[in-house]
Amino acid sequence: MSEWQPVTIVGHGEPLLSVSDLHTWFELRQWGFLRVGAVRAVDGVSFELARGESVAFVGESGCGKSSLARTLLGLHRPTRGEVRFAGRSLGGLKARELQAYRAKVGYVQQDPFGALPPFLDVRRILAEPLIVHGVKDRAQRDRRIRAVLDEVRLSPAEEFLPKFPHMLSGGQQQRVVIARALILEPAMIIADEPVSMLDASVRVEILNLLRHIQTQRELTLAFITHDLSSVRHYAERIFVMYAGRVVETAGVKELLDHPQHPYTQSLLAAIADPDAANATKQREIPGGEPPSLLHPPKGCRFHPRCPHAMAGLCDVDEPPDFEPRRGHYSACWLHR
Amino acid sequence: MSDRTLLEVEDLHLHYQTRRGVVRAVDGVSFDVRRNEALVVLGESGCGKSSLAKALMRVLPRNVHQVSGRVTLDGTELLAMSDESFRRDVQWVRMALVMQASMNALNPVVRVGEQVVEPLRVLRQWPRARAMARAVEVFELVGVSTDFLQRYPLELSGGMRQRVVLAMALVAEPELVILDEPTSALDVLTQAGIMNLLKRLKRELGTSFILITHDVATSSELADRVALMYAGQIVEVADAVQFFTEPAHPYSKMLMASVPRLRQEHRPEPILGQPPSLLEPPSGCRFADRCPSCFKRCAQDPKFIRLGDRRRVRCWLYAEGGDR
Repeated sequence: MSEWQPVTIVGHGEPLLSVSDLHTWFELRQWGFLRVGAVRAVDGVSFELARGESVAFVGESGCGKSSLARTLLGLHRPTRGEVRFAGRSLGGLKARELQAYRAKVGYVQQDPFGALPPFLDVRRILAEPLIVHGVKDRAQRDRRIRAVLDEVRLSPAEEFLPKFPHMLSGGQQQRVVIARALILEPAMIIADEPVSMLDASVRVEILNLLRHIQTQRELTLAFITHDLSSVRHYAERIFVMYAGRVVETAGVKELLDHPQHPYTQSLLAAIADPDAANATKQREIPGGEPPSLLHPPKGCRFHPRCPHAMAGLCDVDEPPDFEPRRGHYSACWLHR
Repeated sequence: MSDRTLLEVEDLHLHYQTRRGVVRAVDGVSFDVRRNEALVVLGESGCGKSSLAKALMRVLPRNVHQVSGRVTLDGTELLAMSDESFRRDVQWVRMALVMQASMNALNPVVRVGEQVVEPLRVLRQWPRARAMARAVEVFELVGVSTDFLQRYPLELSGGMRQRVVLAMALVAEPELVILDEPTSALDVLTQAGIMNLLKRLKRELGTSFILITHDVATSSELADRVALMYAGQIVEVADAVQFFTEPAHPYSKMLMASVPRLRQEHRPEPILGQPPSLLEPPSGCRFADRCPSCFKRCAQDPKFIRLGDRRRVRCWLYAEGGDR
């Protein structure tokens, strides 16, 4: 596996989250007992996140970004490797401690309507985490609920407290989801495609809100998306994932302006900015499809689709992480 | 109506009956589509763009309250036709619709080759051998290997299935293909592949397209002209170049400013507020309460104002003698 050297951001101190050689595999069985293989959703990922940092994990469906998120949330047990949060390994936590950990990590789901229980009103939805985590005083709960509603700009609170999810617009629902993720005062937020179900005009509002709260509260924000064009203003670093691996990572501007890995380059080339000239241009896209995670290809996982693939190298040896530009890592033999 | 016009829609209304009242999903929409032109109908969710497609293709739910207006396809008045003759002579044969997520609506137990030629087998009673020969042609046209003719939908990836659905729409050589969000469920690279295909088909077949989407960037991949919808109405129709470089309607301007760009530092700006309810839309301009340039006259319903010969805008700012 690649020896990725974590980037340390000066002034942030020790990392809040450190992930080393993380593997999350899902075993496949036939007739319920025969092991026939494993889907390698996350297959050797290492990185560190500093306190107060906002990062984006970018990749197409099936690249393992959501499995990574769910592993970080403690919803999947890693097959191998380690997740350390504030110096403690998740693997060693008991059920009670895991519950306390989940209070420290907020989760913003993709589909706000699906993520909110339809038969509870906003007051009850936001009270639930407080009750579970032992805030017994009703007045105190009420204070915290009002404060967090104000923070996600659902005000006046009176108007929203008695509403059920179906009475809210998509953007308002997503604000409730964010409020729920914030109410236990987490140190980190994991947002899995927080705006992909929303309209263009609302997306920006929600992204701005998340970014604002993140900087105000000095939260660590890991934001998972397939949409590279929306990343620029909302994260400081990008991790590009392909077939269960991180293939490239750098600061946002550096990565968008100087992509190094052929996969990232083709991903960027496929994205349109609104321009009437697009209609007359054919975009260059790699042939084929992402590989099966059951039997990923030998060597570099992108080599069957890569325009620069070198026979005898890319299809044999897995590329380690190179640093072709300062602080910019790319797992590709081209940088050798 | 010039001889280059293929489809002409005049004052189309589609209203639904619901328990809470009448929803005016499409509320007085007029536009035209020329031969070999791609018209993009752009709009956010709930603006009535999918209802528009359904009204054109007559695939309507049961709770329709009213459909009215005039729809003329190359001289044939469509709304006046009986359901039976519309189904026999227009659907699939002259005008085809690829509905949103229809790639997931393929019959899972029928081989895709058989499904693709169903319109020909059913509507034109083509014999099987002749139909299958056509299936080979359309598969090649949309870039799916003919080895896949014998496969079932589940054996194909999302992008492949989308191509199969496109092949099905093209199989009877319609003059107009309506695509409702054809790429919204697909990955970035697959989406770019489908858009490449649509550009090639438009060039090679001379077919006209109506592309319905909420995605401004994707819309620019195919558009010759853009019609922007808001709250059941078209607020601006313009040439693609005009629309993407200097949008006229305040909503068009704000929508363009809200789009994040990959290659520019431009910081996207949200459009605050929400579209009005289509149950009882305001009597004046429907965008007025979100519009930074709103003035007294906006309390009246704005006219569709011609700006040059290639653009129309539903906004009082452009009216002559506009008493600002």
